[in-house]
Amino acid sequence: MNTPPTVLDLAAATRAGSASAPETCAATLAAIQGADPRLNAFREVHADAAITTARNVDRDVVAGTASGPLAGVPIALKDNIVTRVGTTSAGSRMLAGYRSPYDATAATRLAEAGAILVGKTNCDEFAMGSSTENCAFGPTRNPWDLERVPGGSSGGAAVAVAARLVPASLGSDTGGSIRQPASFCGVVGLKPTYGRVSRYGLIAFGSSLDQIGPITTTVADAAAVLQVIAGHDPADATCVREPVPDFSAAVAEAAGEDHARGLRIGVPAEYFAEGLDPEVEAAVRSALALYAEHGAELVPVTLPHVDKAVAAYYVIATAECSSNLARFDGVRFGHRSEQGGSIEQLVSRSRAEGFGDEVKRRIMLGTFVLSSGYYEAFYDKALRVRRLIQQGFNAALERVDVLACPTAPTTAFRLGEKAADPLQMYLADICTLAVNLAGLPAISIPCGFDSGGLPIGLQLIAPLFDEVGLLRAAQRYEGWTDWHARCPDARRG
Amino acid sequence: MLEIDGLQVEPVIGLEIHVHLRTRTKMWCGCLLAYGAEPNTHVCPVCLGLPGALPVANAEAVALAIRMGIALNCRIAEFSKWDRKSYYYPDLPKNYQISQYDLPLCADGYLEFPFGDAIRKIRITRAHLEEDAGKNIHDIPGLTAVDLNRAGTPLLEIVTEPDLAGAEETREFALQLHRLVRYLGVSDANMQLGQMRFEPNINVRIHADGRVHATPIVEVKNLNSFRSVHGAIDYEIRRQVAAWREDGQVARPGNKANRGWDDNREVTVPQREKEEANDYRYFPDPDLVPVCPDAAQVAAWRLATPELPIPRTDRFISEYKLAPREAPALVDCKATADLLDAAGEFPCDKALLGKHFLSFWSRLANERETTIAGLGVPPRSFSELADLVRDKVINATAAAQIAEEIVARIDGQLGGTGRPGDSDCQRAIPPIDRPEWAPRELADQLGLVQSQDADEIAAWVAAAFEANQKAVGDALANPRKRKAARGFLLGAVMKLSGGKADPRLVGEQIDAELSRRAD
Ligand SMILES: [Zn+2]
Repeated sequence: MNTPPTVLDLAAATRAGSASAPETCAATLAAIQGADPRLNAFREVHADAAITTARNVDRDVVAGTASGPLAGVPIALKDNIVTRVGTTSAGSRMLAGYRSPYDATAATRLAEAGAILVGKTNCDEFAMGSSTENCAFGPTRNPWDLERVPGGSSGGAAVAVAARLVPASLGSDTGGSIRQPASFCGVVGLKPTYGRVSRYGLIAFGSSLDQIGPITTTVADAAAVLQVIAGHDPADATCVREPVPDFSAAVAEAAGEDHARGLRIGVPAEYFAEGLDPEVEAAVRSALALYAEHGAELVPVTLPHVDKAVAAYYVIATAECSSNLARFDGVRFGHRSEQGGSIEQLVSRSRAEGFGDEVKRRIMLGTFVLSSGYYEAFYDKALRVRRLIQQGFNAALERVDVLACPTAPTTAFRLGEKAADPLQMYLADICTLAVNLAGLPAISIPCGFDSGGLPIGLQLIAPLFDEVGLLRAAQRYEGWTDWHARCPDARRG
Repeated sequence: MLEIDGLQVEPVIGLEIHVHLRTRTKMWCGCLLAYGAEPNTHVCPVCLGLPGALPVANAEAVALAIRMGIALNCRIAEFSKWDRKSYYYPDLPKNYQISQYDLPLCADGYLEFPFGDAIRKIRITRAHLEEDAGKNIHDIPGLTAVDLNRAGTPLLEIVTEPDLAGAEETREFALQLHRLVRYLGVSDANMQLGQMRFEPNINVRIHADGRVHATPIVEVKNLNSFRSVHGAIDYEIRRQVAAWREDGQVARPGNKANRGWDDNREVTVPQREKEEANDYRYFPDPDLVPVCPDAAQVAAWRLATPELPIPRTDRFISEYKLAPREAPALVDCKATADLLDAAGEFPCDKALLGKHFLSFWSRLANERETTIAGLGVPPRSFSELADLVRDKVINATAAAQIAEEIVARIDGQLGGTGRPGDSDCQRAIPPIDRPEWAPRELADQLGLVQSQDADEIAAWVAAAFEANQKAVGDALANPRKRKAARGFLLGAVMKLSGGKADPRLVGEQIDAELSRRAD
């Protein structure tokens, strides 16, 4: 294999018998073993379970019953998606060694589609961070430059794909946690519409913002994985009954068109403002020019109130996380302090020892904004800002098919560079988190490299539940360029 | 207004009621409700609050809450939502309780009930849905064990305005509410199992020196019997008057206190207050979607609301000529009340029908630890049997015998299984209807059709007089013994006739014969 195969190629070859699932699995495990000591993308590799799954797929292929759309495709899961196999720690000491008695719906659907789940990828603790440095198990490194962060919080998931260790992984995106690391690592990262993919089994950070999505090397692969994990789940009240269109067919159709006539792309002025790295801006502008060259119409739009998005986001996300993380008390599962004492002491000591600084910071902030006397001034106001932001996006998206802007204002920063300054870290998500507040689907696709050889991401944003329009627009750009095909040499190292 | 130690005292009482709903499964997951099961055997990732698990609202619980709200004359919200109430406690797995804060499902209702000579109207502030917690068990020295079987049980919290004016009245209100939830099938409301719990808020307004002094409000937590509701309120009223005399404290923001009820000593006791002020940090639960009850569905429930226990009791008293004390026994089991009305649909003597329900039908049900609705007797058989008695085809004793025979035959069919328990006031079993088991048929089969034949009766009377000379002599000789002797002779005739003789005709003939002999 010279070029690592895509999800679609691998599944087709496996079903046809021209690729062997056990061989694919063995190669994947070997690749991880070879590269991961430097990258630390994986927190845990489930070799035995993966080999068993691969053998089962192989048996079905021989029996002629292998029909899974992801048959024989190795896929990695972010460490906040629970599985019965192995442990799920959400990057936290609090959950070190935690074994879930049930599987997340997304994991179940992947397995039913024939995917080989190879392990858990590293992430910021409880998905809180933008660099995959806030981890109980050490930082993950960017394969394009090992001294740089991969972005976060789904850093391990993005690195596993960027380093071509697996063709796809699942991440979760609360404020950009799929798209920003995809941008930093030069891969495709898709955040579906809120409610498109079941959150059942995703360890919650901000419940009204969290969404599971795929990280892949191509748009078509993102569509193929989304196809499998999307759709109503009776176990998640917020996962809607909206019909699931044929994403793969829509992408295949777009791949056959060598123009973008009729496509209207909104260019929000607010996301090309101060603080944007000139090289990032240049790459994104030239991507827009390429669209225009192929017949797309570029429409300047404004997104009122997005300047308040960071503030509103950090009120809402921290409020929700302060409540979501209350269950980690050392009583039923997770870290329990050895110091004992009264129940109050047990809970507070277990939490003090189990949580890292960033998680504690956010729990305190969230607890504060929900406190009586402050609720109206913070939480309630943030909800109102959120509604205004939603209205702003909806108004803009009535006039255009997609919005286009940078995924992140910069390329990957150095390890430790922003670790001491939470606010700087929060601003790394400035282009992505308003999308979560609005619940919209968005994708980051590779659109160039800076002078240091670091990848740059183009973010496209579509109306609610219009992943078809989003993927079609992304597929067109991918068809005209080969940024997505470049891979770092960290794999061979 | 009460008078205590020479003071005019006006108790002011509001009640919070927690009711476990009669759903099959828990509020947010598929676990079956379990009472008395092995600890932690009815649990799943959702009700254990495991990482990644999500709640999904139980539609059955929402329906029951709305139906209760309708019966309490509440306004049913068009838009209602779920909120998280945060506090740390080991029996609360998520360390927040999902409840309803500012937009409850039901609000602004009332319940009217007769009390003394008056009709009392108690306003209902709200009724909202929430989840129960598990239980902390302290029977292992030095350890606290947690049983989460109860965690996530659907709970309806009903809150009244402070409209109740005394211990007796509050007890009666609690009883009426208990009756109502059971009648509607909203809850089994088994007090021993903690399925209904009361928390009265109590203070008193003391009229003295031309002014009114309101004492600090006390909330008595977790009362699970009507006796304790009455006892706690009665005790608190006296305690608060005495405390006011002692320290003159009056109600002001922040001095509300919680107390518990000591069932053995029959006193309220202060409860340990948390050091930090409770800030529950309510906010809308992002894991759940708002509840927007369908207006057509609510209207349908409203239409389907059955006649409620209080008006039905009044109707039963007038329609079936029941004694006011006895009527609730037939009303409170809704399935039985429905059966009585179904039987009453057939033209018959309704007073007799009611009498039969209270006498032998109740006895037959009790013997089988079920309800009359659980016997499986077709409605027509009840009325037919009453008619046979009214038409003097059979007498009352024979009616009881026939009823016994019908139920025995149904027993044979059921093989002793399938009957609802005697506390299940909702379920009736499908009647087993066989033409050959009809009361008239059985009266013939058992030879119980009573004789109206004057000659035949005259023959039995003559035989009885012949066989009981002493009784006849007593009746004739001593007017004071006459009544007893007459009864004895009547019994003898009935025995001779094998129960078939019409006792009224027999009585007339005995009287005539005695008069003849006396002359
Ligand atoms: Zn459960």
